[in-house]
Amino acid sequence: MSLPRLHPLGDAALLCELPAPATLAQQQQIWALGAEVQQWPGVGEVLPGMNNLTLTFDPTVTGIDALMQRVSEAWPALSVAAVEGRTVEIPVAYGGEHGPDLADVAAHTRLTPAEVVRRHSEAEYVVYLLGFLPGFAFMGGLPPELATPRRAEPRFAVPARSVGIGGEQTGIYPLVSPGGWRLIGRTPLELFDPKAESPTLLRPGDRVRFVVESVQT
Amino acid sequence: MTMLVLKPGMQASVQDLGRHGHRRLGVCPGGALDALALTLANRLVGNADGAAGLEIAMGGCELRFETDTRIALTGDGFGATLDGTPVWPCWSMPVAAGQTLRLAGANPAGAGKAGLRSWLAVAGGIDVPPVLGSRSTDLKAGFGGHEGRALRKGDRLPLGAAALDAAQLARRPFGLRGPAWDDAAPHADDGAIALRVLPGPEFEQFTAASQALLWRERWRITPQSNRMGSRLAGAELQRARNIDMLSSGVIPGTIQVPPSGQPIILMGDAQTTGGYPRIGVVIRADLWKLAQAPLDGRLRLVQVDMAAALAAWAGQQRYLAQVAQGLAAAGWPRAA
Repeated sequence: MSLPRLHPLGDAALLCELPAPATLAQQQQIWALGAEVQQWPGVGEVLPGMNNLTLTFDPTVTGIDALMQRVSEAWPALSVAAVEGRTVEIPVAYGGEHGPDLADVAAHTRLTPAEVVRRHSEAEYVVYLLGFLPGFAFMGGLPPELATPRRAEPRFAVPARSVGIGGEQTGIYPLVSPGGWRLIGRTPLELFDPKAESPTLLRPGDRVRFVVESVQT
Repeated sequence: MTMLVLKPGMQASVQDLGRHGHRRLGVCPGGALDALALTLANRLVGNADGAAGLEIAMGGCELRFETDTRIALTGDGFGATLDGTPVWPCWSMPVAAGQTLRLAGANPAGAGKAGLRSWLAVAGGIDVPPVLGSRSTDLKAGFGGHEGRALRKGDRLPLGAAALDAAQLARRPFGLRGPAWDDAAPHADDGAIALRVLPGPEFEQFTAASQALLWRERWRITPQSNRMGSRLAGAELQRARNIDMLSSGVIPGTIQVPPSGQPIILMGDAQTTGGYPRIGVVIRADLWKLAQAPLDGRLRLVQVDMAAALAAWAGQQRYLAQVAQGLAAAGWPRAA
């Protein structure tokens, strides 16, 4: 797999970025890089993105040039098998007041609402990263035919735990937040609890299945 | 050992030096936007650098102390008074139970013209429970600090045990020379505050004209700015080609350019990942200037290299080390 592009992000962070498109194989290599760099002296936080990884470091402990060199050397030898996710089932009430945009997705995809629900809930997803909001999971694996553009006007306040489709991605809003994704349902599960020992329900590498709890069309 | 909020002003929140180590969960670092100012205020009242204080935006704040303690205010003072006696920024002042600290509201005539925010440290720190290792308020996600929100009238904040003894708490006021480096002064010709910037990962994607404009323009800080980011207005920056970006990490100081072409400089409460091209990143040593820069103020972005960025950071650390030595030489304790 080709070497990532390395570029400083300010004076204390480094971006490592693979060429598009994002694939699960590339993302697994990104996770492996994250696990590896965390062992290095001077490295602070490690933040996987979609197809990329950002790490923060203390420049008084390690210089940017030395860090880039070390990433380049470590990259080909990474042990990708070390990353293991869990399978998490997420119950969803689709449509109705919980999923006000289900009809829009059906209209855009030329499927019936029931068919959108069937395909969304039968696919298997992988959490690529958490970002944007605490506990917000960016997932790969949306059936391509369900891809639907974001709303022209983002909602001012998307209800917490809403399940949405944004372009070719699906995800769940952990908190009330502005957002432009098409809302197709809602889960009763808590995605983020800052006081819990493990504050997020989902973690990078987890496999996700949406389980139909109810459908209102 | 409490402090009562009589008036919170525009926005006041409990902040420490930030919530670090949780970006991978989507949790932003947050914390005092001017970490240097909070650190100085804490040292002036004998606190550890990471003790929680108040970040007060645009003055207009009134607080009543319900215990004998000691305070220090940094950033813009907003004409602060303690029962009518002036409280100068970067001074350490004794406070008696029942006294009221008042910060005037921002107004074009004077108060708030030099800055946007103040930081208040109280001996012992604000003793709200830490969440994910920090007492900072995450206003967007609604946790940490005092009930996960900005302060309201009538809030009563608990204070921790001071590292100072009764005699030290009551010691007469003394002050520090504030962090006034030459490079922090507004530009003599146009009044713009200079922020030093390293080119970002997507700098090369912008047209040559836009790259030049980034450094040449005098950017205005719009009122749509907050703890998540400073939105700038000025020339329109354009990319040579519109390439869709995948979600990628952003840090405070990152200058994103959304499709409008008007840059946003991300601050401590920004989201952890973004999908807009990053034309540059403000160096760590200059983030405090952005936190203080008044709304409608002008910025100029100055290109520097990594060596200059690191030298600026080292200079700031030397200043903090001198402050620590000076306070220690004067017999002033500091909590570990």
